[in-house]
Amino acid sequence: MSRSLSALCAVVLLAVMLPVEAQQVPRYGLGRAPTPQEIAAWDIDVRPDGHGLKAGKGTVAQGQKIYDAQCASCHGTFGESNRYMPIAGGVRKDDLATGRASMLLQSDGLRTLGTKLNYATTLWDYIFRAMPWANPQSLSVDETYAVTAYVLHLNEIVPADYELNEKTLLSVQMPNRNGFTTAHGLARVQGKPDVQGTLCMKDCVKEVKVASELPEFARNQNGNLAQQKRPLGPMRGIDTARYEAGKDGKPGPAVAAAAAPAAVEAKADPKVMLTRNACMACHGMTNKIVGPGFNEIASKYQGRADAHAYLLQKIKEGGQGVWGAAPMPPQPALKDSDASEIARWIVGGAK
Amino acid sequence: MKGVSAARVIAAPEDHLPEALLRLQRRNFLLSGVAASALVASAGAAAQTTSATLVPPWTRSLGAPVVTTGYGMPSKHEANVQRRQSPGLTPQPQASISFTPLQNLFGIITPSGVHFERHHSGMPEVDPQQHRLMIHGLVKRPLMLTMDDVMRFPSVSRIHFIECGANGGMEWANVAVPTVQYTHGMIACSEFTGVLLSTLLDEAGFDRAKGKFVLAEGADGSALTRTIPMEFALADVMVVYGQNGEMLRPENGYPLRLLVPGVQGVSSVKWLRRLEVGDKPWNTREESLHYIDLLPDGMHRQYSGVQEVKSVITMPSGGQRLVGKGYYEITGLAWSGRGQVKRVDVSVDGGRNWQTARLQEPVLTKALSRFRLDWNWDGAPALLQSRAVDETGHVQPNIHQLRAVRGVRSIYHNNAVQTWRVQPDGEVWNVQVA
Repeated sequence: MSRSLSALCAVVLLAVMLPVEAQQVPRYGLGRAPTPQEIAAWDIDVRPDGHGLKAGKGTVAQGQKIYDAQCASCHGTFGESNRYMPIAGGVRKDDLATGRASMLLQSDGLRTLGTKLNYATTLWDYIFRAMPWANPQSLSVDETYAVTAYVLHLNEIVPADYELNEKTLLSVQMPNRNGFTTAHGLARVQGKPDVQGTLCMKDCVKEVKVASELPEFARNQNGNLAQQKRPLGPMRGIDTARYEAGKDGKPGPAVAAAAAPAAVEAKADPKVMLTRNACMACHGMTNKIVGPGFNEIASKYQGRADAHAYLLQKIKEGGQGVWGAAPMPPQPALKDSDASEIARWIVGGAK
Repeated sequence: MKGVSAARVIAAPEDHLPEALLRLQRRNFLLSGVAASALVASAGAAAQTTSATLVPPWTRSLGAPVVTTGYGMPSKHEANVQRRQSPGLTPQPQASISFTPLQNLFGIITPSGVHFERHHSGMPEVDPQQHRLMIHGLVKRPLMLTMDDVMRFPSVSRIHFIECGANGGMEWANVAVPTVQYTHGMIACSEFTGVLLSTLLDEAGFDRAKGKFVLAEGADGSALTRTIPMEFALADVMVVYGQNGEMLRPENGYPLRLLVPGVQGVSSVKWLRRLEVGDKPWNTREESLHYIDLLPDGMHRQYSGVQEVKSVITMPSGGQRLVGKGYYEITGLAWSGRGQVKRVDVSVDGGRNWQTARLQEPVLTKALSRFRLDWNWDGAPALLQSRAVDETGHVQPNIHQLRAVRGVRSIYHNNAVQTWRVQPDGEVWNVQVA
């Protein structure tokens, strides 16, 4: 190739490439740069290596106060409640040294925060972003350090006089820190399966026996199956009401719940509000769960002149001691109008 | 409705013809061959009166106007087709699951209104005007995008399934629930529209050398976070606003969600507000306390994303009753998080012998596929199974093959062959075979 020809080629090439290059940075020019304040407000994630960790501190003792007021109602005084995954328990003495929760070797081993979690930073991250459950992102950085310290203490990972801060948090050794593996096919695009089926077409097994089936008493547990299949076409849902063992012939509460899918809509029905606002986590309609049943509250304040105002305040601000030691946390996220409606409903008999 | 009971179908025409027509038919039969001329007049009158009552009321009246419902709903006769919770599975409806009624669905697209739901802190009501997507971390140009911005980027539409990693999780050790809605209903398949994540990452100028992971975060009360490895992120991950021709439903992430095709649903973060490029995985709560697979040796598999090859017969299936002997079409769904389904085999004798089913086109990558097989039920007991094979040659295992490697405590990624027992009385029940 002559020198001039190759120079020409280069020019042509450059001309072809230029628009492409110009398109790339940035190609569409949409959006804007976030402000530092916007990033700071949203960028709350904390990684095990300390990336994202905020400076602050809190002690086990400080954490206990916050925990008792805002966390114990769901997680139990000692983090033992198994209504949700228990956040304490099951950690054994040797686990801290081995980094493997030996409890998990038992077929019925307790699966708790203590026996599962590998890094304490994740506990901090989750409390800060999503707890307390009905009032997320309401704890300050220091309060989050304190509650994290207390939960670690409940798991006997840090002593009672421990102060957690951005440095000590990174040094906490979790009891199950060595209990994780990423060496498996499910983590990769081209991962290889660990279990392969068998491609056999004829006489593949000698004898087929049924090893497990739904016992009769459980056949209506998900509601009447006749009401869960369209009554058209080649099959019908089986009428399973006959399996319901209730003496009065009425389906139990679980069955009723399945049969009538949650019609949780934003309408001014107090019972809908109770569900939407997670009140039912602690209060049953007619039974105590953590706090008193709504029927008990209604009967206690029946006839009291200031019942509505009193209950409204209790619902919004929480309280402790009227019904026992378990505190009711404040509900700042609950709309005033909803709280007022719920209070009115309780005064009216909670029916 | 006469003739249509929960468990019985009476063959036409008695099923739908009113008594008056049956009387007329009987009368005409009696009259045939008789010198009928004398009766013509009275018969004609009878025909006139009965023809008015033989024709159903909806044919003899004016129907409702257009826009009776501005957004149409299914027929009132379809009221049984509902998402449902499984009682006792979760203590709180805000941190819970509802299941897709697979037993009632046709084809491969899940109607948006019955797409399964999984919320961790309830369903937020997000104002699309105020919603923002932030892209930052190891990028040259951090971006703050409005919905208007996101919807201006070049878009793609693709059909993919979303399956919760815990789909089938209740049945690792034994049969636990009655119908396919509860055994397999944490799956749905939709046509999604949005922007490829790679387009957005390129726009932000992400660090190709150091940027190995993307953190996705939701705008709900749980501010749910998941780590997406860059090899997945650049392959086919989408930032999605459209589902089945309309905007996402609130319960499925309105106005914006991530879609990680083929990977367990929790990674397809709903109400997506933030993407951060980083050099290491985040080990978030949903990657270290939940969505981890416990093995017999006490180790947890972490970042277990891919939903492997799987299938299930939806008709006939558990909790259904066949209305009589004779012809049935066995039909169901097959899928793989690693690509296309290549083949589905069906057994009616508990896995002893197999026949290859027909696959309905289109067979798409990381999407539900519909399979069908003709079957003549002779009234004898039967054990129905399906077994899928995907384009990588992965054969769907049975529960014993899975347990041998993963035990029974794994919760997640149960892709075992499902067995439905057909009893002589036509009832179909969920069973596991030895």
